[in-house]
Amino acid sequence: MSVKLIVGSEKITAILSGEIDHHSAKGIREKIDTAILENHPQELILNFSQVSFMDSSGIGLVIGRFKVMQGVDGKIAIEGASQQISKVMRLSGIDRLATIKS
Amino acid sequence: MKIINEMKIQFMSKSVNESFARTAVSAFVTQLDPTINEIADIRTAVSEAVTNCVVHAYRGTIGTIDICVRILEDNEVYIKIRDRGCGIPDIKQAMEPLFTTAADEERAGLGFAVMESFMDKLSVRSKLGSGTTIIMRKKLTSCGD
Repeated sequence: MSVKLIVGSEKITAILSGEIDHHSAKGIREKIDTAILENHPQELILNFSQVSFMDSSGIGLVIGRFKVMQGVDGKIAIEGASQQISKVMRLSGIDRLATIKS
Repeated sequence: MKIINEMKIQFMSKSVNESFARTAVSAFVTQLDPTINEIADIRTAVSEAVTNCVVHAYRGTIGTIDICVRILEDNEVYIKIRDRGCGIPDIKQAMEPLFTTAADEERAGLGFAVMESFMDKLSVRSKLGSGTTIIMRKKLTSCGD
């Protein structure tokens, strides 16, 4: 699991890759939060297009980043989620917190 | 129900083994020629169950996790995951979607909800101080021999 951050003036795109579970989510959390707190973006985009597996730890990751973005008055969006990932996301009702882009 | 094939694994409750567990179970189930979605469902459910053992059952300690996978008649997969950890005081509450005792660790409280919705059947037995056993079953649509 790794994350690549593209930091713009108004938005940060976090390109996640690999498998997201409880073990791997820990490390990427801090990386994204540091970038948010340093740059205060209006939008955080979490890109899942290179994520091959995600369990509910990924939901915790999204909800956690939603809260951090709320702290800087920003929004959160999700893009590139596969069928398996979308299934986990639908179950969580996370679409009420984040915009889900195709 | 007749057991056609069976495998058992035992490993330490380290978070790095969450990935090992779901991979090992899905590798065994592959003999049934499951669809991509079926295997993804099983991988996700196993990952949730093992994460529960790591995060909750053995919180802050290391114990052992046992998994038994059986292939039953009619393409049914049976997965038993057992820990000897702290046990669940209130199973009904633990199974409520979004209920978690580890919110500060960003646990979403969806583990059991995922297991229930991705598998056909889920049963949970637990005894305080002795551990928890969950059994999940799923019938695959595939027809591999």
